[in-house]
Amino acid sequence: MPALLELDNITISFGGLTALNRVSLRVEEGKINSLIGPNGAGKSTIFNVITGIYTPTYGRVIFQGEDITREKPYLITARGIARTFQNIRLFKNLTVLDNVKIGCHSSSRAGLFGAVTRLGWVKREEREITARAQRALEIVGLASKGDELAKNLPYGEQRRLEIARALAASPRLLLLDEPAAGMNPQEKQTLMEMVQRIREMNITIMLVEHDMSFVMNLSDHVDVLNYGEKIAGGTPAEIRQNPRVIEAYLGNEIE
Amino acid sequence: MDGIMRILTDPYYIQVLTLTGIYLIAALGLHLITGVTGQFSFGHAGFMSIGAYTAALLTLHLHTPLILNLLVGGLAAGFAGILLGFPSLKLTGDYLGITTLGFAEIVRVVFINMKITGGTQGLAGIPKETSLLLVIVVAVLSVWCMYRIQNSRFGRALMAIREDDIAAEAMGINTLIYKVKAFAVGTFFAGVSGGLYAHLMQYLNPFDFGVTRSFDLLNFVVLGGLGSIPGTILGTTVLTMAPEFLRFVNKYRMLIYSALMVIMMIFRPNGLLGGVHLKDLRRAFTRRRSTEMASQ
Repeated sequence: MPALLELDNITISFGGLTALNRVSLRVEEGKINSLIGPNGAGKSTIFNVITGIYTPTYGRVIFQGEDITREKPYLITARGIARTFQNIRLFKNLTVLDNVKIGCHSSSRAGLFGAVTRLGWVKREEREITARAQRALEIVGLASKGDELAKNLPYGEQRRLEIARALAASPRLLLLDEPAAGMNPQEKQTLMEMVQRIREMNITIMLVEHDMSFVMNLSDHVDVLNYGEKIAGGTPAEIRQNPRVIEAYLGNEIE
Repeated sequence: MDGIMRILTDPYYIQVLTLTGIYLIAALGLHLITGVTGQFSFGHAGFMSIGAYTAALLTLHLHTPLILNLLVGGLAAGFAGILLGFPSLKLTGDYLGITTLGFAEIVRVVFINMKITGGTQGLAGIPKETSLLLVIVVAVLSVWCMYRIQNSRFGRALMAIREDDIAAEAMGINTLIYKVKAFAVGTFFAGVSGGLYAHLMQYLNPFDFGVTRSFDLLNFVVLGGLGSIPGTILGTTVLTMAPEFLRFVNKYRMLIYSALMVIMMIFRPNGLLGGVHLKDLRRAFTRRRSTEMASQ
């Protein structure tokens, strides 16, 4: 079966620093795929390459069989890849509902003319957007907070709002960049259930996360990066046994 | 009541009110660019002058009706906005500000050196066709347009760019195109406002549209409250009328005006009505009405 997303020999350097070196990996449809590695290993860089924020120096990104390596970020979103950000990037001064409505952008089409005339189809589309945004908020448990400003939400809810905003784009592939960062164990538990529910909606998930129990409990497949190179890939059980992974995280034994 | 009638029939007050309305139309355009989309433009008066000269020349040479001239003036300004927008909206913040400032200066110098615009002598003999009523109608129409634009998918995309352009792009918004569109619409309003100005003053001089005028317009929008339509209306009204009503202390007029601005910056750093939106006002009004109905 062809993979939903495939990275083929991705290499990217910033000046003299090679952030990713010949990284190849496959994201299988319908699975939860995780990316782990020590700080600075290049995990977020991979997300930025996939979503078109960075263009790789070498290598290709294939999504649903098509090369999207040099495509603009907004077009990649329209193809069905949505993401959250490691350092929360909400539209702070807009309401929670408006944040999620903006997530519906690429699947709606009313423009300037529609805004001024508010023809029948524009109103219909707007109602549809509102309904879809509301459903996305329900999935992450924020349905009652639609009218609040995003900046007034507590931290954990801001992280969930980012997920709702990405879900509103109706993605095939959802990239979550450290969704559990800064959450307490209880919030992490809720988040884990949420991610599983999203997978059941037939959305493939790619996850960057530092919390090992979170990753190991949730993932179907784990890839490990260290210093910009992929050092291992496999099921959580295989990764846990892999000597190179243990070495990357805990260091070498002194001979 | 008697006082109001006297104000409404006094030519001086009518002139001040008409000017306020004209500035409001230009300020609403800048509100879309700066307040809603978050792109700083220091050259809005330059676009006003493009609209003003275009409309005036059409009236003088082709004798076409005013409404058409206003529209063409607006379109000319909007077209200039697109031409400037494509290369410069890739820049952000200060850089964009400097580019727009420079552009407005270029426009001014071009008008000074062109024969058809009368050069430094200015363009005289434009018929007086702008009336207070017309300005009120256009201003109300502009507010209505802005309200609809801001509360739509289009407006949300603009606000997303203001809040975080990387996240906006990741949500599927083509940020450059949307910024250019906002710029085009905003400068269109400046052009219409310029056309009205030309047919009110009956005389145009490139020096009328210098840096000071651009910053005046920016002041209206910022001190009224960035991103708020009621704020833009209040800011324009207060800051246009204050210098006029302060004429009785002639010598200290500009001093008091400046002090007013400093005080506003200290006590209302987000502008007079920052964060207040027409939508909220409408909601508050309907809520009050329904509670009144319930209590009856």
